Amino acid sequence: MIEMQDVWKSYTNGVHALRGVDVKIDQNEFVYLVGPSGAGKSTFMKMIYREVKPTKGEIFVNGFNLGKLKNKKIPYVRRNIGVVFQDFRLLPKISIYENVSFAMEAIEAPKKLVRKRTMEVLTMVGLKDKVKSLPNQLSGGEQQRASIARAIVNNPSVIIADEPTGNLDPDTSLDILKLLEEINFRGTTIVMATHNKDIVNNYRKRVIAIEKGQIVRDEYRGEYGYEN
Amino acid sequence: MKISTLGRHVREGIKSVFRNGWMSFASISVIAISLFILGAFVILTLNVNHLSKTVEEQVEISVYLDVVESEEQINVIQTEIATIPEVSSITFVPKDEGLETLSEGMGELDLTEYFGESNPLPDKFTLKANKPENVDIVVSKVEAINDKFEMMPIEQVDYGKKTVEQLLAFTSGIRTVSIAIVAGLAFTAMFFISNTIKLTIISRNREISIMKLVGATNGFIRWPFFIEGFMLGLIGSIIPTGVLLYGYWKLIDFEESTVFGVTQWEYLPLNQLTFQLIFLLCSIGIIIGVWGSIISMRKFLRV
Repeated sequence: MIEMQDVWKSYTNGVHALRGVDVKIDQNEFVYLVGPSGAGKSTFMKMIYREVKPTKGEIFVNGFNLGKLKNKKIPYVRRNIGVVFQDFRLLPKISIYENVSFAMEAIEAPKKLVRKRTMEVLTMVGLKDKVKSLPNQLSGGEQQRASIARAIVNNPSVIIADEPTGNLDPDTSLDILKLLEEINFRGTTIVMATHNKDIVNNYRKRVIAIEKGQIVRDEYRGEYGYEN
Repeated sequence: MKISTLGRHVREGIKSVFRNGWMSFASISVIAISLFILGAFVILTLNVNHLSKTVEEQVEISVYLDVVESEEQINVIQTEIATIPEVSSITFVPKDEGLETLSEGMGELDLTEYFGESNPLPDKFTLKANKPENVDIVVSKVEAINDKFEMMPIEQVDYGKKTVEQLLAFTSGIRTVSIAIVAGLAFTAMFFISNTIKLTIISRNREISIMKLVGATNGFIRWPFFIEGFMLGLIGSIIPTGVLLYGYWKLIDFEESTVFGVTQWEYLPLNQLTFQLIFLLCSIGIIIGVWGSIISMRKFLRV
Protein backbone atom coordinates (compact mmCIF):
# COMPACT_ATOMS: atom_id res chain seq x y z
CA MET A 1 0.00 0.00 0.00
CA ILE A 2 2.40 2.69 1.26
CA GLU A 3 5.99 1.62 1.60
CA MET A 4 9.12 3.63 2.22
CA GLN A 5 12.57 2.08 1.98
CA ASP A 6 15.44 4.05 3.47
CA VAL A 7 13.92 7.36 2.43
CA TRP A 8 16.00 10.47 2.83
CA LYS A 9 15.01 14.02 2.07
CA SER A 10 17.29 17.04 2.12
CA TYR A 11 16.02 20.42 1.05
CA THR A 12 18.20 22.81 -0.88
CA ASN A 13 18.46 25.06 2.19
CA GLY A 14 20.38 22.28 3.95
CA VAL A 15 17.57 20.96 6.12
CA HIS A 16 17.56 17.18 6.39
CA ALA A 17 13.87 16.53 6.85
CA LEU A 18 13.94 12.75 6.65
CA ARG A 19 16.91 10.54 7.40
CA GLY A 20 16.49 6.93 6.49
CA VAL A 21 12.81 6.20 6.98
CA ASP A 22 11.61 2.60 6.61
CA VAL A 23 7.93 2.04 6.98
CA LYS A 24 5.07 0.01 5.62
CA ILE A 25 1.42 0.96 5.95
CA ASP A 26 -1.17 -1.57 4.81
CA GLN A 27 -4.53 -1.02 3.22
CA ASN A 28 -7.21 -0.01 5.72
CA GLU A 29 -4.81 0.94 8.51
CA PHE A 30 -5.35 4.02 10.65
CA VAL A 31 -2.04 5.61 11.58
CA TYR A 32 -1.28 8.54 13.87
CA LEU A 33 1.87 10.39 12.98
CA VAL A 34 3.28 12.19 16.00
CA GLY A 35 6.40 14.18 16.72
CA PRO A 36 7.52 17.72 17.55
CA SER A 37 7.20 20.53 15.06
CA GLY A 38 9.93 20.33 12.47
CA ALA A 39 10.50 16.62 13.01
CA GLY A 40 9.62 15.77 9.43
CA LYS A 41 5.92 14.85 9.72
CA SER A 42 4.86 17.16 6.94
CA THR A 43 7.62 15.98 4.65
CA PHE A 44 6.62 12.40 5.40
CA MET A 45 3.06 13.14 4.33
CA LYS A 46 3.95 15.27 1.32
CA MET A 47 6.13 12.40 0.19
CA ILE A 48 3.06 10.18 -0.02
CA TYR A 49 1.17 12.45 -2.40
CA ARG A 50 4.34 13.29 -4.28
CA GLU A 51 4.45 16.93 -3.34
CA VAL A 52 8.12 16.27 -2.55
CA LYS A 53 10.44 13.72 -4.05
CA PRO A 54 12.88 11.65 -1.95
CA THR A 55 16.54 12.58 -2.23
CA LYS A 56 17.39 8.95 -1.69
CA GLY A 57 15.45 5.74 -1.21
CA GLU A 58 12.29 4.35 -2.68
CA ILE A 59 8.66 5.02 -1.98
CA PHE A 60 5.72 3.03 -3.30
CA VAL A 61 2.10 4.14 -3.13
CA ASN A 62 -0.65 1.99 -4.60
CA GLY A 63 1.97 0.23 -6.67
CA PHE A 64 3.52 3.40 -8.13
CA ASN A 65 7.22 3.97 -7.55
CA LEU A 66 6.98 7.67 -6.71
CA GLY A 67 10.71 8.38 -6.96
CA LYS A 68 10.68 7.29 -10.59
CA LEU A 69 7.25 8.62 -11.47
CA LYS A 70 7.08 10.92 -14.45
CA ASN A 71 5.60 14.33 -13.68
CA LYS A 72 2.83 13.68 -16.14
CA LYS A 73 1.63 10.71 -14.11
CA ILE A 74 1.44 12.58 -10.79
CA PRO A 75 -2.23 13.60 -11.22
CA TYR A 76 -3.26 9.98 -11.61
CA VAL A 77 -1.49 8.96 -8.39
CA ARG A 78 -3.20 11.82 -6.55
CA ARG A 79 -6.64 10.77 -7.66
CA ASN A 80 -6.21 7.87 -5.26
CA ILE A 81 -5.19 10.07 -2.35
CA GLY A 82 -7.34 12.54 -0.44
CA VAL A 83 -5.66 15.33 1.51
CA VAL A 84 -7.08 17.19 4.52
CA PHE A 85 -5.39 20.22 6.08
CA GLN A 86 -5.51 21.98 9.42
CA ASP A 87 -6.74 25.17 7.75
CA PHE A 88 -9.38 23.40 5.59
CA ARG A 89 -8.33 25.18 2.38
CA LEU A 90 -11.83 25.65 1.06
CA LEU A 91 -12.40 28.12 -1.75
CA PRO A 92 -14.04 31.10 -0.03
CA LYS A 93 -16.23 32.42 -2.82
CA ILE A 94 -18.09 29.28 -3.79
CA SER A 95 -20.63 27.20 -1.90
CA ILE A 96 -19.89 24.07 0.08
CA TYR A 97 -21.51 22.01 -2.66
CA GLU A 98 -19.29 23.62 -5.30
CA ASN A 99 -16.20 23.17 -3.15
CA VAL A 100 -16.81 19.44 -3.17
CA SER A 101 -18.07 19.03 -6.74
CA PHE A 102 -15.08 21.08 -7.89
CA ALA A 103 -12.78 18.18 -6.93
CA MET A 104 -14.74 15.87 -9.20
CA GLU A 105 -14.95 18.36 -12.05
CA ALA A 106 -11.20 18.82 -11.86
CA ILE A 107 -10.72 15.19 -12.80
CA GLU A 108 -13.45 15.42 -15.45
CA ALA A 109 -15.92 13.07 -13.81
CA PRO A 110 -19.24 12.67 -15.67
CA LYS A 111 -21.75 15.39 -14.73
CA LYS A 112 -24.47 13.07 -13.50
CA LEU A 113 -22.07 11.25 -11.27
CA VAL A 114 -20.78 14.56 -9.89
CA ARG A 115 -24.20 15.58 -8.61
CA LYS A 116 -24.98 12.19 -7.14
CA ARG A 117 -21.63 11.58 -5.49
CA THR A 118 -21.28 15.14 -4.14
CA MET A 119 -24.63 14.92 -2.37
CA GLU A 120 -23.73 11.47 -1.13
CA VAL A 121 -20.51 12.53 0.60
CA LEU A 122 -22.02 15.76 1.92
CA THR A 123 -24.80 13.70 3.48
CA MET A 124 -22.24 11.33 4.94
CA VAL A 125 -20.31 14.11 6.66
CA GLY A 126 -23.54 15.64 7.93
CA LEU A 127 -23.67 18.78 5.80
CA LYS A 128 -26.71 17.90 3.74
CA ASP A 129 -28.53 21.02 4.93
CA LYS A 130 -25.62 23.38 4.38
CA VAL A 131 -24.76 22.66 0.78
CA LYS A 132 -25.62 26.19 -0.35
CA SER A 133 -23.67 27.95 2.40
CA LEU A 134 -20.38 29.68 1.81
CA PRO A 135 -17.43 28.35 3.82
CA ASN A 136 -17.29 31.39 6.13
CA GLN A 137 -20.92 30.83 7.12
CA LEU A 138 -19.97 27.51 8.70
CA SER A 139 -18.25 26.66 11.98
CA GLY A 140 -14.70 25.37 11.99
CA GLY A 141 -15.86 21.81 12.54
CA GLU A 142 -18.31 22.06 9.65
CA GLN A 143 -15.65 23.50 7.39
CA GLN A 144 -13.37 20.61 8.23
CA ARG A 145 -16.19 18.20 7.43
CA ALA A 146 -16.58 19.89 4.07
CA SER A 147 -12.88 19.55 3.39
CA ILE A 148 -13.07 15.87 4.33
CA ALA A 149 -16.01 15.48 1.97
CA ARG A 150 -13.86 17.00 -0.75
CA ALA A 151 -11.00 14.64 0.09
CA ILE A 152 -13.15 11.51 -0.16
CA VAL A 153 -15.41 12.49 -3.05
CA ASN A 154 -13.16 10.84 -5.65
CA ASN A 155 -13.05 7.60 -3.65
CA PRO A 156 -9.36 7.61 -2.76
CA SER A 157 -7.78 4.62 -1.13
CA VAL A 158 -5.72 6.80 1.22
CA ILE A 159 -6.55 9.90 3.24
CA ILE A 160 -3.66 12.08 4.34
CA ALA A 161 -4.74 14.39 7.15
CA ASP A 162 -2.26 17.00 8.37
CA GLU A 163 -3.41 18.01 11.86
CA PRO A 164 -7.05 18.00 10.93
CA THR A 165 -8.11 18.90 14.48
CA GLY A 166 -5.43 21.52 15.02
CA ASN A 167 -7.84 24.45 14.80
CA LEU A 168 -10.80 22.83 16.52
CA ASP A 169 -12.11 22.59 20.08
CA PRO A 170 -11.97 19.17 21.84
CA ASP A 171 -15.58 18.15 21.17
CA THR A 172 -15.42 19.10 17.53
CA SER A 173 -12.06 17.38 17.20
CA LEU A 174 -13.66 14.22 18.45
CA ASP A 175 -16.43 14.52 15.85
CA ILE A 176 -13.82 14.83 13.14
CA LEU A 177 -11.93 11.81 14.44
CA LYS A 178 -15.13 9.78 14.46
CA LEU A 179 -15.81 10.81 10.90
CA LEU A 180 -12.33 9.68 9.89
CA GLU A 181 -12.87 6.41 11.73
CA GLU A 182 -16.04 5.87 9.78
CA ILE A 183 -14.23 6.50 6.53
CA ASN A 184 -11.51 4.11 7.67
CA PHE A 185 -14.16 1.55 8.53
CA ARG A 186 -15.34 1.66 4.92
CA GLY A 187 -11.89 0.59 3.77
CA THR A 188 -9.83 3.75 3.35
CA THR A 189 -6.33 3.99 4.78
CA ILE A 190 -5.88 7.02 7.04
CA VAL A 191 -2.58 8.71 7.86
CA MET A 192 -3.16 11.50 10.34
CA ALA A 193 -0.48 13.79 11.73
CA THR A 194 -1.56 15.15 15.09
CA HIS A 195 -0.53 16.87 18.29
CA ASN A 196 -3.77 15.87 20.01
CA LYS A 197 -2.69 13.73 22.95
CA ASP A 198 -6.22 13.00 24.19
CA ILE A 199 -7.33 11.58 20.89
CA VAL A 200 -4.24 9.45 20.42
CA ASN A 201 -4.44 8.05 23.92
CA ASN A 202 -8.20 7.48 23.98
CA TYR A 203 -8.66 6.11 20.51
CA ARG A 204 -5.76 3.75 20.26
CA LYS A 205 -4.34 3.01 16.86
CA ARG A 206 -0.95 2.53 15.28
CA VAL A 207 1.36 5.37 16.31
CA ILE A 208 4.44 6.33 14.31
CA ALA A 209 6.64 8.83 16.13
CA ILE A 210 9.08 10.87 14.10
CA GLU A 211 11.89 12.91 15.49
CA LYS A 212 14.74 14.63 13.70
CA GLY A 213 13.76 12.93 10.50
CA GLN A 214 13.78 9.39 11.83
CA ILE A 215 11.12 7.01 13.06
CA VAL A 216 11.79 6.64 16.77
CA ARG A 217 8.78 4.51 17.65
CA ASP A 218 6.23 2.48 15.72
CA GLU A 219 3.59 0.78 17.88
CA TYR A 220 0.17 -0.69 17.27
CA ARG A 221 -2.36 0.69 19.81
CA GLY A 222 0.41 3.06 20.90
CA GLU A 223 0.32 6.08 23.18
CA TYR A 224 1.01 9.70 22.34
CA GLY A 225 4.55 10.78 22.90
CA TYR A 226 8.04 10.85 21.51
CA GLU A 227 11.44 10.58 23.10
CA ASN A 228 12.05 14.09 24.36
CA MET B 1 -11.16 16.45 -23.71
CA LYS B 2 -14.89 16.42 -23.29
CA ILE B 3 -17.11 19.10 -24.76
CA SER B 4 -18.47 19.97 -21.32
CA THR B 5 -14.92 20.40 -20.02
CA LEU B 6 -14.06 22.67 -22.91
CA GLY B 7 -17.17 24.67 -22.07
CA ARG B 8 -15.93 25.03 -18.52
CA HIS B 9 -12.50 26.21 -19.67
CA VAL B 10 -14.06 28.79 -21.98
CA ARG B 11 -16.33 30.08 -19.20
CA GLU B 12 -13.42 30.31 -16.78
CA GLY B 13 -11.21 32.04 -19.34
CA ILE B 14 -13.84 34.63 -20.22
CA LYS B 15 -14.64 35.24 -16.55
CA SER B 16 -10.99 36.08 -15.91
CA VAL B 17 -10.94 38.58 -18.75
CA PHE B 18 -13.67 40.52 -16.96
CA ARG B 19 -12.26 39.91 -13.49
CA ASN B 20 -8.93 41.48 -14.48
CA GLY B 21 -10.78 44.51 -15.86
CA TRP B 22 -8.11 47.17 -16.25
CA MET B 23 -5.28 44.83 -17.09
CA SER B 24 -7.42 43.18 -19.74
CA PHE B 25 -8.32 46.58 -21.06
CA ALA B 26 -4.66 47.57 -21.26
CA SER B 27 -3.70 44.33 -23.02
CA ILE B 28 -6.52 44.61 -25.51
CA SER B 29 -5.69 48.26 -26.22
CA VAL B 30 -2.05 47.56 -26.95
CA ILE B 31 -2.92 44.71 -29.30
CA ALA B 32 -5.61 46.79 -30.96
CA ILE B 33 -3.28 49.74 -31.54
CA SER B 34 -0.48 47.63 -32.99
CA LEU B 35 -2.83 45.71 -35.23
CA PHE B 36 -4.48 48.95 -36.33
CA ILE B 37 -1.14 50.27 -37.54
CA LEU B 38 -0.34 46.97 -39.21
CA GLY B 39 -3.77 46.79 -40.84
CA ALA B 40 -3.59 50.34 -42.13
CA PHE B 41 -0.25 49.56 -43.67
CA VAL B 42 -1.55 46.36 -45.23
CA ILE B 43 -4.43 48.26 -46.80
CA LEU B 44 -2.00 50.84 -48.17
CA THR B 45 0.28 48.17 -49.63
CA LEU B 46 -2.56 46.27 -51.24
CA ASN B 47 -3.79 49.48 -52.79
CA VAL B 48 -0.39 50.43 -54.13
CA ASN B 49 -0.05 46.97 -55.65
CA HIS B 50 -3.50 47.31 -57.15
CA LEU B 51 -2.67 50.74 -58.49
CA SER B 52 0.60 49.63 -60.04
CA LYS B 53 -1.19 46.79 -61.80
CA THR B 54 -3.84 49.10 -63.26
CA VAL B 55 -1.27 51.63 -64.31
CA GLU B 56 0.94 49.01 -65.90
CA GLU B 57 -1.93 47.81 -68.05
CA GLN B 58 -2.63 51.19 -69.54
CA VAL B 59 0.82 52.63 -69.36
CA GLU B 60 1.61 55.52 -71.65
CA ILE B 61 5.13 56.55 -72.46
CA SER B 62 5.71 60.25 -72.88
CA VAL B 63 8.71 61.23 -74.95
CA TYR B 64 9.52 64.90 -74.38
CA LEU B 65 11.51 66.57 -77.06
CA ASP B 66 14.04 69.30 -76.67
CA VAL B 67 12.27 72.67 -77.08
CA VAL B 68 14.23 73.78 -80.13
CA GLU B 69 13.55 70.82 -82.39
CA SER B 70 12.41 71.66 -85.92
CA GLU B 71 9.47 70.02 -87.60
CA GLU B 72 11.80 68.07 -89.86
CA GLN B 73 13.66 66.52 -86.99
CA ILE B 74 10.37 65.70 -85.31
CA ASN B 75 9.43 63.66 -88.36
CA VAL B 76 12.78 61.89 -88.34
CA ILE B 77 12.40 60.97 -84.70
CA GLN B 78 8.86 59.79 -85.31
CA THR B 79 10.11 57.44 -88.02
CA GLU B 80 12.84 56.20 -85.73
CA ILE B 81 10.35 55.43 -83.01
CA ALA B 82 8.03 53.75 -85.48
CA THR B 83 10.72 51.22 -86.31
CA ILE B 84 10.70 49.90 -82.74
CA PRO B 85 8.65 46.71 -83.03
CA GLU B 86 7.30 46.84 -79.43
CA VAL B 87 5.60 50.19 -80.03
CA SER B 88 1.97 49.80 -80.91
CA SER B 89 0.98 53.43 -81.39
CA ILE B 90 2.50 56.86 -81.67
CA THR B 91 0.70 60.13 -81.20
CA PHE B 92 2.32 63.47 -81.60
CA VAL B 93 1.26 66.06 -79.08
CA PRO B 94 2.45 69.55 -80.10
CA LYS B 95 3.27 71.88 -77.28
CA ASP B 96 0.17 74.06 -77.85
CA GLU B 97 -2.07 71.11 -77.35
CA GLY B 98 -0.09 70.19 -74.24
CA LEU B 99 -0.66 73.65 -72.81
CA GLU B 100 -4.35 73.43 -73.54
CA THR B 101 -4.61 70.13 -71.70
CA LEU B 102 -2.68 71.60 -68.81
CA SER B 103 -4.85 74.69 -68.50
CA GLU B 104 -7.98 72.54 -68.67
CA GLY B 105 -6.60 70.56 -65.74
CA MET B 106 -6.02 73.78 -63.80
CA GLY B 107 -9.65 74.88 -64.12
CA GLU B 108 -10.24 78.59 -63.40
CA LEU B 109 -6.56 79.42 -63.27
CA ASP B 110 -5.41 81.46 -66.26
CA LEU B 111 -2.01 80.20 -67.27
CA THR B 112 -1.29 83.12 -69.57
CA GLU B 113 -0.88 85.22 -66.45
CA TYR B 114 2.18 83.19 -65.64
CA PHE B 115 3.63 82.38 -69.00
CA GLY B 116 2.39 85.31 -71.06
CA GLU B 117 2.18 84.38 -74.70
CA SER B 118 5.16 82.02 -74.54
CA ASN B 119 4.71 78.33 -74.10
CA PRO B 120 7.31 76.70 -71.84
CA LEU B 121 6.14 73.16 -72.63
CA PRO B 122 8.05 70.85 -74.97
CA ASP B 123 6.53 68.89 -77.84
CA LYS B 124 6.02 65.29 -77.04
CA PHE B 125 5.14 61.89 -78.41
CA THR B 126 2.79 59.63 -76.60
CA LEU B 127 3.59 55.97 -77.15
CA LYS B 128 1.95 52.77 -76.20
CA ALA B 129 3.76 49.49 -75.83
CA ASN B 130 2.19 46.39 -77.31
CA LYS B 131 2.51 44.58 -73.95
CA PRO B 132 2.91 46.02 -70.44
CA GLU B 133 6.10 44.02 -69.84
CA ASN B 134 7.69 45.58 -72.97
CA VAL B 135 7.48 49.10 -71.59
CA ASP B 136 11.03 48.96 -70.28
CA ILE B 137 12.36 47.82 -73.66
CA VAL B 138 10.56 50.58 -75.49
CA VAL B 139 11.87 53.17 -73.06
CA SER B 140 15.48 52.08 -73.44
CA LYS B 141 15.21 51.89 -77.23
CA VAL B 142 13.70 55.37 -77.39
CA GLU B 143 16.45 56.68 -75.15
CA ALA B 144 18.99 55.05 -77.48
CA ILE B 145 17.72 57.18 -80.36
CA ASN B 146 19.53 60.12 -78.77
CA ASP B 147 22.85 58.50 -79.59
CA LYS B 148 22.14 58.74 -83.30
CA PHE B 149 21.98 62.53 -83.27
CA GLU B 150 24.51 65.06 -82.17
CA MET B 151 21.89 67.33 -80.68
CA MET B 152 20.35 64.75 -78.41
CA PRO B 153 16.81 65.70 -79.37
CA ILE B 154 15.01 63.74 -76.65
CA GLU B 155 14.82 65.62 -73.42
CA GLN B 156 13.15 63.03 -71.27
CA VAL B 157 11.27 59.74 -71.45
CA ASP B 158 8.63 59.48 -68.81
CA TYR B 159 6.09 56.82 -68.09
CA GLY B 160 3.49 56.08 -65.42
CA LYS B 161 5.41 53.14 -64.18
CA LYS B 162 8.08 55.43 -62.86
CA THR B 163 5.62 57.11 -60.57
CA VAL B 164 4.46 53.72 -59.43
CA GLU B 165 8.02 52.64 -58.78
CA GLN B 166 8.61 55.72 -56.69
CA LEU B 167 5.42 54.96 -54.82
CA LEU B 168 6.58 51.41 -54.24
CA ALA B 169 9.93 52.59 -52.95
CA PHE B 170 8.14 54.99 -50.65
CA THR B 171 5.85 52.30 -49.31
CA SER B 172 8.73 49.92 -48.75
CA GLY B 173 10.23 52.65 -46.59
CA ILE B 174 7.01 52.86 -44.66
CA ARG B 175 6.95 49.09 -44.47
CA THR B 176 10.27 48.95 -42.62
CA VAL B 177 9.20 51.62 -40.18
CA SER B 178 5.79 50.14 -39.55
CA ILE B 179 7.14 46.62 -39.11
CA ALA B 180 9.49 48.00 -36.46
CA ILE B 181 6.61 49.79 -34.73
CA VAL B 182 4.35 46.77 -34.94
CA ALA B 183 7.06 44.44 -33.62
CA GLY B 184 7.70 46.78 -30.70
CA LEU B 185 4.03 47.07 -29.94
CA ALA B 186 3.51 43.32 -30.29
CA PHE B 187 6.24 42.78 -27.75
CA THR B 188 4.60 45.26 -25.39
CA ALA B 189 1.26 43.59 -25.94
CA MET B 190 2.73 40.23 -25.04
CA PHE B 191 4.16 41.72 -21.89
CA PHE B 192 0.78 43.14 -20.92
CA ILE B 193 -0.99 39.90 -21.62
CA SER B 194 1.47 37.81 -19.68
CA ASN B 195 1.02 40.22 -16.77
CA THR B 196 -2.75 40.01 -16.96
CA ILE B 197 -2.58 36.27 -16.90
CA LYS B 198 -0.09 36.36 -14.06
CA LEU B 199 -2.75 38.21 -12.07
CA THR B 200 -5.24 35.46 -12.80
CA ILE B 201 -2.75 32.81 -11.79
CA ILE B 202 -1.99 34.58 -8.53
CA SER B 203 -5.63 35.25 -7.72
CA ARG B 204 -6.47 31.63 -8.40
CA ASN B 205 -3.45 30.25 -6.62
CA ARG B 206 -5.49 28.41 -4.01
CA GLU B 207 -7.88 26.99 -6.54
CA ILE B 208 -4.97 25.75 -8.62
CA SER B 209 -3.25 24.12 -5.67
CA ILE B 210 -6.47 22.29 -4.80
CA MET B 211 -6.90 21.19 -8.39
CA LYS B 212 -3.39 19.81 -8.32
CA LEU B 213 -4.06 18.10 -5.02
CA VAL B 214 -7.11 16.25 -6.21
CA GLY B 215 -5.33 15.13 -9.37
CA ALA B 216 -6.32 17.53 -12.12
CA THR B 217 -4.05 17.10 -15.14
CA ASN B 218 -1.71 19.91 -16.16
CA GLY B 219 -3.69 20.38 -19.32
CA PHE B 220 -6.89 20.86 -17.36
CA ILE B 221 -5.22 23.53 -15.22
CA ARG B 222 -3.64 25.32 -18.16
CA TRP B 223 -6.59 25.51 -20.53
CA PRO B 224 -8.43 28.45 -18.94
CA PHE B 225 -5.26 30.53 -19.18
CA PHE B 226 -4.90 29.64 -22.84
CA ILE B 227 -8.48 30.70 -23.39
CA GLU B 228 -7.92 33.94 -21.52
CA GLY B 229 -4.92 34.82 -23.68
CA PHE B 230 -6.82 33.75 -26.77
CA MET B 231 -9.78 35.96 -25.85
CA LEU B 232 -7.56 38.99 -25.18
CA GLY B 233 -5.90 38.49 -28.57
CA LEU B 234 -9.18 37.94 -30.37
CA ILE B 235 -10.93 40.99 -28.90
CA GLY B 236 -7.78 43.02 -29.48
CA SER B 237 -7.84 42.10 -33.16
CA ILE B 238 -11.57 42.30 -33.84
CA ILE B 239 -11.66 45.97 -32.81
CA PRO B 240 -9.02 47.29 -35.26
CA THR B 241 -10.27 44.99 -38.03
CA GLY B 242 -13.76 46.41 -37.64
CA VAL B 243 -12.57 49.99 -37.43
CA LEU B 244 -10.29 49.63 -40.46
CA LEU B 245 -12.87 47.93 -42.65
CA TYR B 246 -15.53 50.46 -41.72
CA GLY B 247 -13.12 53.32 -42.23
CA TYR B 248 -11.98 52.00 -45.60
CA TRP B 249 -15.54 51.49 -46.71
CA LYS B 250 -16.38 55.06 -45.73
CA LEU B 251 -13.27 56.34 -47.52
CA ILE B 252 -14.16 54.60 -50.77
CA ASP B 253 -17.70 55.82 -50.42
CA PHE B 254 -16.52 59.39 -49.95
CA GLU B 255 -13.98 59.30 -52.75
CA GLU B 256 -16.47 57.89 -55.20
CA SER B 257 -19.31 60.22 -54.30
CA THR B 258 -17.37 63.40 -54.90
CA VAL B 259 -15.47 64.87 -57.78
CA PHE B 260 -13.08 66.55 -55.36
CA GLY B 261 -11.56 63.35 -54.09
CA VAL B 262 -8.24 63.75 -52.31
CA THR B 263 -6.67 61.24 -54.67
CA GLN B 264 -7.50 60.16 -58.17
CA TRP B 265 -6.74 56.57 -57.26
CA GLU B 266 -8.84 53.70 -58.19
CA TYR B 267 -9.27 51.99 -54.85
CA LEU B 268 -9.06 48.27 -54.30
CA PRO B 269 -12.65 47.13 -53.76
CA LEU B 270 -13.51 46.41 -50.13
CA ASN B 271 -14.49 42.80 -50.76
CA GLN B 272 -11.04 42.05 -52.16
CA LEU B 273 -9.30 42.79 -48.91
CA THR B 274 -11.91 41.98 -46.25
CA PHE B 275 -10.99 38.35 -45.75
CA GLN B 276 -7.26 38.90 -46.02
CA LEU B 277 -7.43 41.60 -43.40
CA ILE B 278 -9.65 39.64 -41.01
CA PHE B 279 -7.52 36.55 -41.34
CA LEU B 280 -4.21 38.36 -40.96
CA LEU B 281 -5.11 40.59 -38.02
CA CYS B 282 -7.05 37.95 -36.10
CA SER B 283 -4.40 35.31 -36.45
CA ILE B 284 -1.64 37.69 -35.37
CA GLY B 285 -3.74 38.91 -32.44
CA ILE B 286 -4.48 35.38 -31.31
CA ILE B 287 -0.85 34.33 -31.64
CA ILE B 288 0.23 37.29 -29.50
CA GLY B 289 -2.44 36.46 -26.92
CA VAL B 290 -1.67 32.79 -26.66
CA TRP B 291 2.04 33.46 -26.64
CA GLY B 292 1.63 35.91 -23.77
CA SER B 293 -0.28 33.33 -21.78
CA ILE B 294 2.36 30.69 -22.44
CA ILE B 295 5.10 33.01 -21.17
CA SER B 296 3.11 33.62 -18.02
CA MET B 297 2.35 29.97 -17.44
CA ARG B 298 6.00 29.04 -17.79
CA LYS B 299 6.97 31.61 -15.25
CA PHE B 300 4.25 31.37 -12.66
CA LEU B 301 2.36 28.16 -13.09
CA ARG B 302 4.38 25.23 -11.88
CA VAL B 303 2.10 22.36 -12.69
